[in-house]
Amino acid sequence: MARYIGKRLIYMFITLALIATFTFFLMKILPGSPVASADKLSPEQRAVVEARYGLDKPLPVQYFDYMFGLAQGDLGISINQFKGANVTDVIQSRMGPSAQIGFQGMLLGTFLGVLLGMIAALRQNTWVDYSSTLVAIVGISIPSFVFASMLQYFFALKLEWFPVALWKDGFMSSVLPSIALAMFPLATAARFIRTEMIEVLGSDYITLARAKGASGSEIAFKHAFRNALIPLITVLGPMAVGILTGSLVVEQIFAIPGIGEQFVKSIMVNDFSIIMGTTIFFSVFLIVVILIVDILYGIIDPRIRLSGGKS
Amino acid sequence: MEKILQVKDLELSFNTFAGEVKAIRGVNFDLYKGETLAIVGESGSGKSVTTKSIMRLLPENSAEFKNGEILFGGRDLTKLSDKEMQKIRGKEIAMIFQDPMTSLNPTMPIGRQLTEPLLKHQKISKAEAKKVAIDLLRLVGMPKPELRMKQYPHQFSGGQRQRIVIAISLACNPQILIADEPTTALDVTIQAQILELMKDLQKKIDTSIIFITHDLGVVANVADRVAVMYGGKIVEIGTVDEIFYNPQHPYTWGLLSSMPSLDAADEKLYAIPGTPPDLLAPPKGDAFALRSEYAMQIDMEQNPPFFKVSDSHYAATWLLHPDAPRVEPPATVIERMKKFPGSRYYEGSRV
Repeated sequence: MARYIGKRLIYMFITLALIATFTFFLMKILPGSPVASADKLSPEQRAVVEARYGLDKPLPVQYFDYMFGLAQGDLGISINQFKGANVTDVIQSRMGPSAQIGFQGMLLGTFLGVLLGMIAALRQNTWVDYSSTLVAIVGISIPSFVFASMLQYFFALKLEWFPVALWKDGFMSSVLPSIALAMFPLATAARFIRTEMIEVLGSDYITLARAKGASGSEIAFKHAFRNALIPLITVLGPMAVGILTGSLVVEQIFAIPGIGEQFVKSIMVNDFSIIMGTTIFFSVFLIVVILIVDILYGIIDPRIRLSGGKS
Repeated sequence: MEKILQVKDLELSFNTFAGEVKAIRGVNFDLYKGETLAIVGESGSGKSVTTKSIMRLLPENSAEFKNGEILFGGRDLTKLSDKEMQKIRGKEIAMIFQDPMTSLNPTMPIGRQLTEPLLKHQKISKAEAKKVAIDLLRLVGMPKPELRMKQYPHQFSGGQRQRIVIAISLACNPQILIADEPTTALDVTIQAQILELMKDLQKKIDTSIIFITHDLGVVANVADRVAVMYGGKIVEIGTVDEIFYNPQHPYTWGLLSSMPSLDAADEKLYAIPGTPPDLLAPPKGDAFALRSEYAMQIDMEQNPPFFKVSDSHYAATWLLHPDAPRVEPPATVIERMKKFPGSRYYEGSRV
């Protein structure tokens, strides 16, 4: 197991280096520069600013400078969005709200999705099943910004239960954004669990469990549930991605001072170091999620317990 | 002998989008205490459905009892609620399935799968159940049972898994054990081991077995009596000797002729022509008539009743009617009948 994780860590660093390289050059290909928008600057002033951030050096030198810094954990300093602030500090200060709504959304979505999928599978081809399928389709097809605006309109504006777009009331402020984020994992989990439960319920070992005299609920929870969870773990990765991309939009809508909101702005103003830093941060997050998913697999499914582990 | 299970005029249909599939069309048989009754027939003949209907394991929303009863311990199983059936399943009637590779839960240690019926049906503690489970594993010939309790199904071979399934089925000393092609998915040497084990265990715990198979070699090995099913009905039933050495129904002839034998002179293996009947629209008369070279006019029009051959031997074919012409069975069947006292081709004690 330790050897396996070690190997995975090495791959992680290679992946990260590749992502950093790609993002770096993609950004440079794009038109615009962090200082281009500042029309008021005279060419001389611009040269001074560019020199300060190393933007005047040849591209390969900039690249190696950046990668060297990255290897030491230095993500550079913000060029225009946060005016000279350390990128690491910016990300750190912004992580809290994003992590909170992301975690709440993921938890809520997965839990409700699993519940919905289970009920749908156990009551296959009844109105319960059809309405759960409807919820899943709606959850997948309605973009989060539409759903978020609807939540704002009904629950914040009309009913005044929650603030519209204000990150000041602690948990209350996080409710609507979390629900908006939960829709994607909810729909995904519901679909996967339903399909898988139906398949598992038709399998031989469920018939054997019934032949042993197990009751309906024992079959659903003791025998079928764990087996139906296995494919859900596979989509945990994509679900985390969904939460991440969802947060870019949802944080904007609810004015949450999180990473997503800051990432979007940094792209608009061409703040190279912030874009790079946030991309790398997101990448690390996803790679770690994928690693956790692989380890979870082994815990839930004894057949794929990683070699070298104690069985 | 004591009758432990009686199936009377059982009719069962599946309601499908294509219409009503009459999977069982009037099945009658008794199961005696301590015996092994083999049900043979080709795929789709209704043998599995018959036994699954005894266990009530068929999907409730599509399978429907049309007629008849299944009497067990003074109760009609077709009328019981699912709650009541749960108390019978695994305790009084247990079942073994065809494919041991898929009949165990892949994410549950086999120890827990073994103790589950014990904890469910008997008032014993977890520790006691564990002890019983270890004894069961030892009984089915599993080496180091204490260690293996914690392992998962994928850590066992196919034959071992079938042994575990058998151990699970025997956990509560059932009165009836239904084995649905328990050796079909295993290779031949393992098949023999599993059959030996089952015969052995039957002697030890005195249970009645319904053994479903399409392998006549297996039947000869394990069964006391044989019921031959075709098109949702039993067409011939008798002791294993009567079925093998004095068969009366043309379908049984066909089955026996298509069995490879070591001493058969002709090299070519016989195959019954045609395909089984479509049970969406079952034929009016004898279901086998269309594939039989012995079919008469009446076979196309009327369903043959059971004709008595001996006290234990009945066959549903018009050929046994007093007015029917005498026909010659296939040569291989005549060879068999020559060895059976009481058959019309008996040639004295040559066996």
